[in-house]
Amino acid sequence: MSLIRTLLVRREAGIAVMIVLFCLAVGAFRPQFLTLDQLRIILLLVPLIMIAAMGQMMVIVARHVDLSIGSTLGFSAMVSGMLYRFDVDWFGFDVPWWTGIPVSIVVGAGLGLVNGLLIQLFRLPAIIVTLGTLSLYRGLTFIISNAKQIDRQWIPSELKGLSQTSPVFGTPWIIFIAFGVALATYLFLMHTRMGRQIYAIGSNPVAAPLRGIKVTQVTLVVFTISGALAGLAGILYASRWGFVNPSNTGSGFEFQVIAAVVIGGVSINGGVGSVLGTVLGVLLLGCVAAALPLLGIPGTSQAAIYGAVILVALVIDRTVRRQGIAGFKRVQP
Amino acid sequence: MSEAGASPLLSARGTSKSFAGVEVLRNVDLDLMPGEIHALLGENGAGKSTFAKIIAGVHRPTRGTLQLGGTTVDVASPVVAQKLGITLIHQEPISFPDLSVAENLVLGRSDGAPLGRVPWAAINRDARRLIDLLGVRIDVTRPMRGLSIADQQMVEIARALASDSRLIIMDEPTAPLTPKEVETLFGIARRLRDEGRTIIFISHRLEEVRALCDRVTIFRDGNKIATEAIGKLSDADIIRLMIGRPLKEYMHKGKSQIGEVALEVEHLTLPGYFDDISFSVRKGEIVGLGGLVGAGRTDVARALFGVAPAASGSVRVGGRPVTITDPAQAIAEGLAFVPEDRAVAGIFRTLSVEQNISAAVPGQIAPRGVIRRGVEKALAQDAVKRLRIRLASLRQPIGELSGGNQQKAILARWLLTDPSVLILDEPTRGIDIGVKAEFYDMIGELAASGRAILLISSELPELLALCDRVLVMSEGRLTADIARAEATQEKIMSAAVPQVRGAAA
Amino acid sequence: MSASDLQSAPSAQEAAPPRPAWQVLLIRPETMTLALLVLAVFAGAWLSPFFLDISYILRSFTLYAEFAIVALVLTMVIIAGEIDLSPAANMALSACVFAWLQQAGLPVPAAVAVGLAAGLAMGAFNGLMVIGLQLPSIIVTIGTLTLYRGLAQIIAGDKSIRVPEWFIGVDKIMVLGVPLPVVIFIVLALALGFLLSRTIVGRQIYQIGTNEVAARHAGIRSARIKFGLFLAVGLVSATAGMMTASRLGSVRYDLGLGGELQMVLMAMLGGTYIFGGRGTILGTFLAAWLLVLVSTGMIVANVLPAVQLVVLGILLVVSIIATNFIYSRTQR
Repeated sequence: MSLIRTLLVRREAGIAVMIVLFCLAVGAFRPQFLTLDQLRIILLLVPLIMIAAMGQMMVIVARHVDLSIGSTLGFSAMVSGMLYRFDVDWFGFDVPWWTGIPVSIVVGAGLGLVNGLLIQLFRLPAIIVTLGTLSLYRGLTFIISNAKQIDRQWIPSELKGLSQTSPVFGTPWIIFIAFGVALATYLFLMHTRMGRQIYAIGSNPVAAPLRGIKVTQVTLVVFTISGALAGLAGILYASRWGFVNPSNTGSGFEFQVIAAVVIGGVSINGGVGSVLGTVLGVLLLGCVAAALPLLGIPGTSQAAIYGAVILVALVIDRTVRRQGIAGFKRVQP
Repeated sequence: MSEAGASPLLSARGTSKSFAGVEVLRNVDLDLMPGEIHALLGENGAGKSTFAKIIAGVHRPTRGTLQLGGTTVDVASPVVAQKLGITLIHQEPISFPDLSVAENLVLGRSDGAPLGRVPWAAINRDARRLIDLLGVRIDVTRPMRGLSIADQQMVEIARALASDSRLIIMDEPTAPLTPKEVETLFGIARRLRDEGRTIIFISHRLEEVRALCDRVTIFRDGNKIATEAIGKLSDADIIRLMIGRPLKEYMHKGKSQIGEVALEVEHLTLPGYFDDISFSVRKGEIVGLGGLVGAGRTDVARALFGVAPAASGSVRVGGRPVTITDPAQAIAEGLAFVPEDRAVAGIFRTLSVEQNISAAVPGQIAPRGVIRRGVEKALAQDAVKRLRIRLASLRQPIGELSGGNQQKAILARWLLTDPSVLILDEPTRGIDIGVKAEFYDMIGELAASGRAILLISSELPELLALCDRVLVMSEGRLTADIARAEATQEKIMSAAVPQVRGAAA
Repeated sequence: MSASDLQSAPSAQEAAPPRPAWQVLLIRPETMTLALLVLAVFAGAWLSPFFLDISYILRSFTLYAEFAIVALVLTMVIIAGEIDLSPAANMALSACVFAWLQQAGLPVPAAVAVGLAAGLAMGAFNGLMVIGLQLPSIIVTIGTLTLYRGLAQIIAGDKSIRVPEWFIGVDKIMVLGVPLPVVIFIVLALALGFLLSRTIVGRQIYQIGTNEVAARHAGIRSARIKFGLFLAVGLVSATAGMMTASRLGSVRYDLGLGGELQMVLMAMLGGTYIFGGRGTILGTFLAAWLLVLVSTGMIVANVLPAVQLVVLGILLVVSIIATNFIYSRTQR
């Protein structure tokens, strides 16, 4: 077995161990942390991040980054929310409660595609483009909503029910949806040709076209999926919290997602990353978030933790990849 | 191999290639037979690699046609080449380090829909079969990263087999291999030939060519010189054909007074690059450093200049021991270095010629940190006149100048620092013949003015014409120190060609 | 010009002929910025008579002066081939450190000094990660952007901290009828413009951004210069943070939120090349005014603040595409 794979395996195992140790440590001070109820709380904290993290992971594996997902989430949620508020006026009938799901996904996919087109057609760095669209999409959210919040009464109760009612074990639908997305992502990345091509592009972007991989096409798909998943997270936000706010919904979400992805062992240099690692990364962040109030640490310290996590993960990633990157540089012309 | 019997697998007619107006390959006609191992030989820059890359679709020929199995083909890209059954195996293979060996073998195969399922079991089984066929032991489920270069080459060869390539091009495959790995490679190459495939083998090592190849084609200065069965040529014949007769004798005026030692290097070592290098250069002396590409010459120069410092060993400049870990220090010690790759390490392409010339002498153009435009312009203008740099304006971006004039500007930059030791790495590469002569005169004048010059060059006539002494490196070691009177192309070449398994054939 | 007699030298055909001067001038991105600026003035004047009132424009500028000041230094960082997305978060953290310390009883000058030192330390941390550990600056500063802002949130919580009465109102101080922040911006622009175009350090910043390998080979200490630039951004950001605190009269963790976008936008709009090696202080200087005019114009025209976000986003993307296009045209 190769050194790198051992490291990767160890890295996923390492995150799992960290989760266990963290929970035990918190549990030692606050025994109520180790209860089933608490598990439900943690699981309820993570679905949105997990869904968006799957898209972000694909983007980062392909050696890009998508900073706009928070705004994409907000915009798609707002479109659906307005649909619910205005449906009778606009269409003359009540739209079914589930309409928001496909609508948000399609809207998110559209925004993701715009990112992909700008990046791929004009050869611009993804980080700058998505920094621009981060602000652009947020502004559009304000414009379409006239800066008004979609309040509780407009969100269909069935939609809100997704986060409360449960098919089995008292586990709400939203958690099943999140894990379903993770499973689908796993199948896509590991078992389809295009999924493998995403890894190939991230692993060696210079060589990929030489092997006949359609880099533009694959990149567009990746950004579209990232947008679509952010859209799905958007409608689930409406379900989970029961409102959509033009300024708060999804704001700062991108940093939580990026933090979860890099802590899950996805390399910012592309080509490396697994669904399992990302899921574990999301869960670890969820544990931390759930533990803070119990430990009496104010929720305000979350952002700093995300930032620190990103930086630490970067340094770890560099240490792991150093040899590999040096090897790669030699191959490049 | 008789040419009369079978029809050729591949015939090239009138193949020519120019880069930026410089013709590097001229009207090459060549037939490759099925079931032969065909060596391409020649000095660095003779055109053999360019020719191989044209066949493999990496470069497109400026003129000429290729016929594969009797039909004219247009090898527009490596992907097309692969489909036609032509595979180029790079010295350091280009792979996807994060993907598994098996995946690297099948990636880019054009069958199946984008969302088609990846048949992992079949992929791994096929990969294992191919790797077993080659008789090597590689776990096909592990990632490429961390595989030895030999194993990576094996994977490339397996890839050629997977796509059932009829023509496999190996570009200096043996350089990074150990003797044992070379044996394995040769065994496989022979087996592939016996299956009726054609192999192009590019190497500098004559004994390897002799051990492996059936026929050999020799290139020189972009021309095909000869194609012969290997048995018909002696080593001496081959070397003579590779070198040819020097086009023109540039005689270094020999006026310079050779003075005391300016640069002294002892036991300089950087593991993996060069080992135990000791030599000295005197004032007014031009010392050549010959050898093949990859022999470690550039690495020694980079170490001396502090770009990639050596791990151990000592350096003395003008008799004083110095430790140089940064180019700025090297400049302060009176060293100057014209690097090999002008575009990467030399010029600031989009900046003006003026700025390029004055880059290494901030103290002269800006004594108190503020640039004096007048001083800078005067310095640059003087340099332009002295080195006869042809340009339209000092304010022009240097990228608009021809290669030779760019190189003169870089030389001008270093002359402004008034160096006592000047290291030139392939200073005339990619430069027209006419400008080359000017460079030779300049180098001679520089030596005459009392500077010590270390000249790295792959062009033998250049070394012979200019140098007072020629050092030769091979595989990271100094293998010869030949005085001007005794230096011949044959002597330099035989010291440069690695002697892997003891005696040369 | 002796260039003309060089041109008549025998083998001048080897080099491409130089472009005529008017063409060189026209295809500079700063020219585009200037044209847009003039356009904005006319459009504004047509929109509202306020626009012909210089003092109104100057007062509007104070709202953006802090970002504009940082954008000047950021321009140099981008020219050197790196980027820093953390200055806005740096502004918030150093302002919070200052406000918290003075509230805790530290004399204001000492608190200011500690706040500035904090800014410097943040710059040093960025520099250490980017230059010391060789990590890509763009992703490092995304991380530090989150970290610094988060630390500010820890220090200040969700409350705003008031600053002493006499500390308030830097934007109300007039120097010859010009608000102090605007004066600082203009003076800094002149100083940095001089530094970048006339001194050896400025020259070397361009050389590093154009080709760092060649710069190292020419003896330019690129690591030192780039580290210095990160330090400068840190210090100037902290200063801008203090100015914002003084203008607003209180400090919250979300001070300057989203400012990195406006700063990058000013640099991009001024024709700084995202991949390094090109750009000028003049360009950023003009772009800052352009941005103020556009933003003010939108306010005067009663455009929703949200639309401003959209306009900023579009401007950023369009200006990168435009500068990329201009530079790829001039590079043959």
